[in-house]
Amino acid sequence: MTLLAQIVTPNWYLVLAAVLFTIGAVGLLVRRNPLVMFMCVEVMLNAVNLTFVSFSRALNDLGGQAVVFFVMVVAAAEVVVGLAIVVAVLRRRPLATADDVATLKG
Amino acid sequence: MPVGTMVVKPVPELVTFILAGAIVVIGALGVVLLPQPVHAALSLVATLFGVAVLFVAQDAHLLAAVQVIVYAGAIVVLFLFVIMLLGVDEADDLQIEPIVAQRPLALVAGVGILGLSLVSLFLAGGATGASSMLMAPDATETNIAQLGRLLFTEYAFAFEATAILLTISVVGAVMLARRAPQDGAPYPEDETVQSGVAS
Repeated sequence: MTLLAQIVTPNWYLVLAAVLFTIGAVGLLVRRNPLVMFMCVEVMLNAVNLTFVSFSRALNDLGGQAVVFFVMVVAAAEVVVGLAIVVAVLRRRPLATADDVATLKG
Repeated sequence: MPVGTMVVKPVPELVTFILAGAIVVIGALGVVLLPQPVHAALSLVATLFGVAVLFVAQDAHLLAAVQVIVYAGAIVVLFLFVIMLLGVDEADDLQIEPIVAQRPLALVAGVGILGLSLVSLFLAGGATGASSMLMAPDATETNIAQLGRLLFTEYAFAFEATAILLTISVVGAVMLARRAPQDGAPYPEDETVQSGVAS
């Protein structure tokens, strides 16, 4: 039973989370549309959440799931404020990309 | 084995992992590679849903529900709403590379991040650590009851702090997205941006 149950070990989930985090990080570095960059940040946050849940199950500890709950709340707050900033910037400067924030230098 | 103990069914979990993992990775690649922001947002839904399935596979039932409701329901809708509101639904020209060697450097950084994570994971011997004594899941209770009790006892202070955080972020979002009082006045000439190529 224990041998069979270990076909999918927690390491599989951790490797998948690492791949997901990498995709999000590369996307954040490559894309210039601020909205898509935000989506890449969400992908990275989800990868970390997956890691927390995997450790929560592997170590038999509900604390990991509680942390994921707080990460979700903070991610929601982050998206709300971030999108408000994007709206404020894009309303004044349509079609701006992340590079154009350099004009803040004045 | 007592009734209600988490019975791990190996082969179904393997199938679930492969299918959900494929959805997650394909969705994430779609977010990065699709030129249209709307398509990227819809691709993000696939990733979030796949992660929710993986949560269920790991007995995190409350988090799976919250993942679908908050992320796929609220956050992606917020993304789509902003895309519609601003009309930034033109496709990005992915051929433009404003910073010299940005893409190769990003790929090098990605390989570095992935390699570092995997090397550290397997050097540490995988998911190791002491099993919890205080916060072990109780097989006789549902996941949501245990997590709810944990949030209102052990993490009560953090829970209240998130309430304050959400209030502040709502107020901040309203302040930021509000129209300026002198709205209607023409914008100065230097407000146009250089890289708005898709006009």
